[in-house]
Order: sequence, then structure tokens, then C-alpha cells
Amino acid sequence: MARFTPDMETRALAVIELYPERRSATIPLCHLAQEQDGYLTREAMEQISELVGITPAEVLGTASFYDMLHTEPVGKYLVGVCTNIACLLKGGEELLEHAEQALGVAPGGTTDDGMFTLEEMECIAHCDKAPAVQVNYRFFGPLGDESFDSLVEELRGGALDAVVPPHGTLSRVHRTSGIAVPLAEIIEARRSGDLLEAERARAKAEAEGAGGNQL
Amino acid sequence: MTLAPFKIVSKRVDDPEAVGLQGYLATGGYQALKRAVLDLTPEAIRDQVMQASLLGRGGAGFEAGRKWSMLKKSDVRYLVINGDESEPATFKDHMLVERDPHQLVEGALIAGYAIGAARIFIFLRGEFALGLERVQAAINEAYEYGAIGRNIFGSDFSIDLVLHPGAGAYICGEETALLESLEGKRGFPRIKPPYFPAVIGLYGQPTIVNNVETVSNLPWIVMNGGGEFSELGVGRSRGTRLFALSGDVIRPGNYELEMVKNTFRDLIFDPEMGGGLAPGRQVKAVIPGGVSAPWLGPDQLDVLLGQDEVAAVGSMLGSGSIIVMDDSTCMVRAAWRIAKFFARESCGQCTPCREGGSWIEKVMRRIETGSGREEDLDLLMDLCDNIVPGVSWPPQQTTICVLGPSIPSSVATAIRMFRDEFLLHIKEGGCPYE
Repeated sequence: MARFTPDMETRALAVIELYPERRSATIPLCHLAQEQDGYLTREAMEQISELVGITPAEVLGTASFYDMLHTEPVGKYLVGVCTNIACLLKGGEELLEHAEQALGVAPGGTTDDGMFTLEEMECIAHCDKAPAVQVNYRFFGPLGDESFDSLVEELRGGALDAVVPPHGTLSRVHRTSGIAVPLAEIIEARRSGDLLEAERARAKAEAEGAGGNQL
Repeated sequence: MTLAPFKIVSKRVDDPEAVGLQGYLATGGYQALKRAVLDLTPEAIRDQVMQASLLGRGGAGFEAGRKWSMLKKSDVRYLVINGDESEPATFKDHMLVERDPHQLVEGALIAGYAIGAARIFIFLRGEFALGLERVQAAINEAYEYGAIGRNIFGSDFSIDLVLHPGAGAYICGEETALLESLEGKRGFPRIKPPYFPAVIGLYGQPTIVNNVETVSNLPWIVMNGGGEFSELGVGRSRGTRLFALSGDVIRPGNYELEMVKNTFRDLIFDPEMGGGLAPGRQVKAVIPGGVSAPWLGPDQLDVLLGQDEVAAVGSMLGSGSIIVMDDSTCMVRAAWRIAKFFARESCGQCTPCREGGSWIEKVMRRIETGSGREEDLDLLMDLCDNIVPGVSWPPQQTTICVLGPSIPSSVATAIRMFRDEFLLHIKEGGCPYE
């Protein structure tokens, strides 16, 4: 697998429809590709480039800018330990050190069984629960060494499958509606005078009675 | 007891039912949007927001009503909601998107109506997976309910709202970088002028970018009036604001406070709020508005929590996040970590930020890890001066966006306030706190 399955391609096309310009769908489609494959494959980037009308190099150029888009395989669970200032004050660096030992990998590394990739994260906006951790962008915290170990055990045993989907599945809630008002229609309305203003003026004239001049 | 007399944006966050449409409706949800599109003109809403003196809650603190008034006339204009909350120690929007997603949707729709937007995009930080799920579910429900789409609540107002996931980059909180990202590109800030979003924004069209918390205030303002909102607070800072308190306090969290009513000391020590520090600990420094802000010392805790009040003492209220560091904190390590953050997150377009940021990080690291030299302090100040001439506040801008000019804030104030501590690191060849 690498190109979108028919189901995923249907979803990708629906996402593209939401934007006035196809290129805007680049990052959402990269997330979709990661949902399917766990990371961004070369083939996926090629297909995304076809779908949004840019070159594969431009897709890679965009994707390589962002921390969440991975062009190399990562573990089933991406474990991110925040060490930014609020977590630093609460032991985030010590927690990261513990995580390195517990998982046996340095930040950026993946365990041999392909279960975990460890990352040092910048602030994840969970500072009142510091030190905070994200697993596949689901929040945990505050964590100490012991609670980190039990989190890893639970993930390994599948006890958290309902909370933490495999890497790449960002949102399990999909949009249920397409675009109701095409931009062309709005532009048309604006060009023939501001629709809202015109309708209000008309309604006002009607409310004021039949004495007005009808054109 | 000095909390806000009543809550405006966080009133539903402790009610798990309010996440769904039924719970939201049961607590007065969508009444404001109904009133807006059925009874009020866009101009009337813009007037209310102007009266409210609603300062943008993202960090720059620009008045929302004035921002709207600068929007260039055009066939197509866009509204983009900035939910890319990544300023370190800021976690208010995280709470709002997860716990009151309909309020965000309703606020965005009111703003879209007020400015005559052709489409609304909510740009939400990619790391907010649960937030993305909650906001998408709210959008789906709102379409079903007739609050989004064609002829909203039977009015002549029609609009679509699209949720857009980010992919992890601090710089995308900068509004022009956010627009680049939303166009499918690297998050490179655009140069202003000419790329003021209100003139040339998304797809080259006039665009308003408003923060999540800013628009979350709109339903209340529509129901109660801008005048009522501005009854709270004084000066330019009106209404309430979410203050995100973190670091060395007993009760970290988001506190919705009336503007300019409480001091840093109240927020940190009031038992209803921060609850003070661990027994025996003292405040060593406070970072008042995200890590782009210069630090305040323990002698400045009686400053009021208001935009102009904090600016008057040489810092900023910024994103409303307040980090407390107690006397067990190594100031070199804290400043180094912040420098490391900026070095990592620089987009790389401008030399002062790209080069200056990473050099500051390297020199800070060697001081903290024991290889520092006394002349490093002058070197650091020189590096800061190369990014922000004169290391002034507010900073003189030498770069496309304000990320670069934010780099010296922590390092320069740490050196000014805690020079002895830097020298001790150098003399002892390592961190005395380890």
C-alpha cells in the first residue's frame, strides 16, 4: 500500500472540495496518507501532488517543514515528551531521560519491535498537567517515571486502543457535509450588488408599505 | 475572592454535556447567532464589538473591532480562526476547543456574518487531536441544526465553515505564516507591507484572522451588548480574559479573570487561583505573556493583569500565559530551554533569527553544561543586539515576523536579572542546581 485505497481516495477528494484552491488540501491529505500508512510514503506524496496540482517535490517541500509529517516509518505509537519551559519546571527533562531508558531509544528513535517512536516535543499546551506527554497526539499528564511505565504497558497490551488509535489517525470524526454555498455563487451575489444589503433594503421598503416607487 | 464576577468564555468548560449540541442549546447556545442573523445587521454587530473594546486574545492584543474595520472591500473575503496555540505555556485555546467547541463555532459564524466573509476556516493545531474531533463533531451538528450552510436559521445569510488541521510548527501561529500553511505551503511568514491579511490575505483576498478565545467572546457580546462587556476592566483592557497559569504553583490552570482587577500576586497566591508556591519556596521570576515576553522579578508582582499595565513595566501580557519560577529554578537552564525552542522553530527565512537564534542556543548550552567563559555574557548580549538593535522593548524589528525579535527577551532579561548566577555557572564549570 502506498497510494490511497479507493475509500481513502474518496475521502481525499471530499477534502479537496472544501477549499477554493486545491493546493490547500496538501496538509490534510498528508495526514490522510499517514492515517493509511503510518507515515508519508513516496508514492503517497506523488499521488497527493497529482490530486492537488503541484509537483511531488513541492509536497515534500511542504511536508518536510512540519513536525507531525513523517517521511520515514515511525512506530505504532509516537510518544512525545514535552520539555519546554512549563514541563521543564516540573521535571520534563528527567521524564524524557527516563523514557529513553524505559524504551531503550534516544529521541527520534524507534523500538526494535516497531511499537514506539520517542520524540522530544515543544510545548503541547497541556502545561497545567506538566510534565505532559502525547501519544499519537492524545494527551497524558502529569506523568512520573512509574506512571510513564504503566502507560507504556497499557499501550503495549492494547488497553488504550479506544483512546489512542495507531499513528496517523488524527481525527476519528469525519466531516459529514460538503460545501453548501459555492464561492462562485457568493461572488455572483456580491457583484450584482451586496446581496444582504439589497435584500434588507427591499424588505424595509416592503415593510414601509405599498407607497414606495416600484421599478 | 477576586475571580471574575461571572464567566464569559469558560462558563461551560466544567459541563461535559455542553460539548454536544443538546447540552450547548440547553445552556443558551446558538441564541446569539439566531439574534445576529435574524435581528441584527452586520454593522450593528461590528458596532457592538467596537464598543466592547475586545482586544485580540492571541498575543498581539490588537482591538478586534478595529481589525475588522480595516478589511478591504472585495467580492470575496475570508475569515480564518487561529487555533494554532503553540506559544509555550499557553493552554487556554486547548481548553476552549475541547470543552466548548460549539461556542467557538458560534463565535466564528457571528464574526463571519459581521465581516461578510465568503467562507470561514478554523485552523486548529494538529497536535489537538481531541480538539479536532470535538470541533468537527460540533461543525457536523451545526450543519444539521441549520446553524451553518444555506440560509442560516431561515435568514438570507449563508456560509460554510471548514476545519483545517495544522501539522506542527510554532511559526504558523503568526497569521501570515498560518495563511501560507493553509494554502498548502511551508509556514513562511509574509512580509508586511504589502501582505497585511486585511488587504492581501488568503488566496490574495482580504482576510481577517481572529484567535479562538477572541471569537469565543462574541456570542456573549451579541446577547449582552458590547457596553456590558466594557463595563468589566478599565482602559483598553475590557471584559474578562483567560489567564493560563503554570510552573511552580500549587494550582496551575486556566483562570478567567476580569481584566485589570487582579495582580500577578493575586493570581499566583489567591487560594481560589494559583494557591501559592510549595512550602518554603519564593518567587524568583515570572514570565508574563508567553516566552516571547521579558521576565518580571518578585518585586513586580503587584502589577495589574492588563495589557497596558504590563507594557508599562517593560514586558507584555501577550497570550495571557503566566509562568512562575521558584527559587529552586536554574535561570540559565530556563533561558537556555527557551532559546532552544526559538532556534528550533525559526522558519529560517531571515538571517538575524536563523543564525542569531542558533548561536544564542549554543552559547547558552555551553554555559549551562560547564564550558562557558566570562566573555560569553557580552557575546550573548551582542548576539541579542544583532537581532534586536539596542535590545530594546518593544523590540525593533529586523526580520519579517516577530519570532526573531522575541528571542532576546528571555536571554537578555535572565542575564540582566541573574548575572551572578551565570557567572557562578562559569566559575564552577557547571550548573550549581544539579
